[in-house]
Amino acid sequence: MIHIENLKKLYGSFPAVDDISFDVARGEILGFLGPNGAGKSTTMKVITGYYPPNAGKITIDGHDVVEESLVTREMIGYLPETTPLYLDMTVYEYLKHVAEVRRIPANEQKVRIKKMVDVTGLADRLDQSISKLSKGYRQRVGLAQAMLHEPKVLILDEPTIGLDPNQIVEIRELIKTIGKERTVILSTHILPEVQATCDRVVIINKGKLVADGTPDELQHRFQGKPVIYLQLHGINPDDFAKINALAGVESLERLDDPEPNVVSLQISTEPGTDPRGDIFRLCVSQGWTMLGLTRKVESLENIFRSLTRTDPTAKAAGEVAA
Amino acid sequence: MSWSIVSAIWRREMRSYFASPSAYIVLAVFLLITGWFFTLNLFKENLAHMRSIFDILPFLLVVFAPAIGMRLISEERKSGTLELLVTMPVRDFDVIFGKFLAAFSLYAVALLFTFFYPFTIITLGDAQVGSIIAGYVGLLLLGGAYLAVSLLGSALTENQIVAFILSFALCAVLAILVFAAIVIPPPMADVIQYLSSTYHFQNIARGVIDSRDVIYFLSLIFLSLLLASRAMIQRKFL
Repeated sequence: MIHIENLKKLYGSFPAVDDISFDVARGEILGFLGPNGAGKSTTMKVITGYYPPNAGKITIDGHDVVEESLVTREMIGYLPETTPLYLDMTVYEYLKHVAEVRRIPANEQKVRIKKMVDVTGLADRLDQSISKLSKGYRQRVGLAQAMLHEPKVLILDEPTIGLDPNQIVEIRELIKTIGKERTVILSTHILPEVQATCDRVVIINKGKLVADGTPDELQHRFQGKPVIYLQLHGINPDDFAKINALAGVESLERLDDPEPNVVSLQISTEPGTDPRGDIFRLCVSQGWTMLGLTRKVESLENIFRSLTRTDPTAKAAGEVAA
Repeated sequence: MSWSIVSAIWRREMRSYFASPSAYIVLAVFLLITGWFFTLNLFKENLAHMRSIFDILPFLLVVFAPAIGMRLISEERKSGTLELLVTMPVRDFDVIFGKFLAAFSLYAVALLFTFFYPFTIITLGDAQVGSIIAGYVGLLLLGGAYLAVSLLGSALTENQIVAFILSFALCAVLAILVFAAIVIPPPMADVIQYLSSTYHFQNIARGVIDSRDVIYFLSLIFLSLLLASRAMIQRKFL
């Protein structure tokens, strides 16, 4: 549906987006992830036709966003980073204005507006001035505006920013519902959001694409070494070697004792192994009392951090490129 | 050109003018100044004609037009609404034209209020109605040209004050070029004179509506609006 090929956008000589390529399939919800200043908004502005690209090509449903801008703009609903609202209008006047500019037939305007305010929970705010609305409600007006013409493609730049936790859940559900029929690109730096709503994730950093896959795939690919945290009572430090000898255990480190007579260990394991069963049986046979056993797999959050860290030794990024 | 889009933009701008005190302030100041010159002329000089108005207004417009036009695009750029507006399927020129028409309408309303003066004159003395009509046609064209230039100024920056100063400077140059023509040697002087808005206004205000003067104003308006739409957003021309 959306095809982005070698996109490049410069601000002066600074490459805000540097040779990015990816595709978004029809009906897919794509999470566009990256730290602030990574080039997410810039990419979105190029897709929507607000900025011209310096190089590369973007097509939507086969139509070039530069050559056939009017056609592609027709297909897109866009919520920019700063919610584009006319504060001197009421919610209804604003949506009506957008409907008129979008040339939605006059007899359909009311129905569409009604539908959108129902979906976004704005029905009781229709006659309120936008300047009097809270940030969360303004964001809803922005969303209603973006979906008013039932676009095939939705581009949402940080749609849940400024919302309270309940609203965030509501808006995510809303995006999920919409995403069943439409293609959605949503940018965010909130990771649970991606896991909660997106079919696929693209991570960019400093204008370059560093990862592309489903949330599960990324988790799997960048899993690294699962770590086991173990708390034991009655173990003699000389016996640590017995744990170390278990299959799958790579190394072992003693952490500060959390309480007297309790030994806390951090065990690094080989990828793809889970020696927890063996550890349990060893403890039983040795007569150690097990007070805690947890296994931690790298979260998407850590993956994100390791991929977008500013230091040049960000190893994971190199691995993807290779 | 899509008239439904032009009219949607026009309606939004009109409501925005009259929803805030700005339109009323501009109208009041406009009438106060023109009224001052009119009554001064009428009572102090005991002259019942429009000359004073038609002499002073062209220079008043150099300030008045940028004041009306400065917010048209810069405000939208600053608040972020421009990003929505130009990413909707609209032709850039339609947007610019709708905004221009809105500013022009406000200006026309201001001019409408000044009709009080010619009516007074016609009742008091034997004014030449033809020259008064010509004067108003000239004012409409001149004001339209300055508003189009101000729209260009507004498209160039997100700061309304900067937009005002920029537009004021451009309009002022067009207005005073005619005086520069006096001190410049002949072949160039003609060119400079032709470029000056004041020169063409004076031609029309003399009572002769010549197509050359009309074409000058219409092309200045069209060129400014075209440049404004390019300045509003860079993209392949549609």
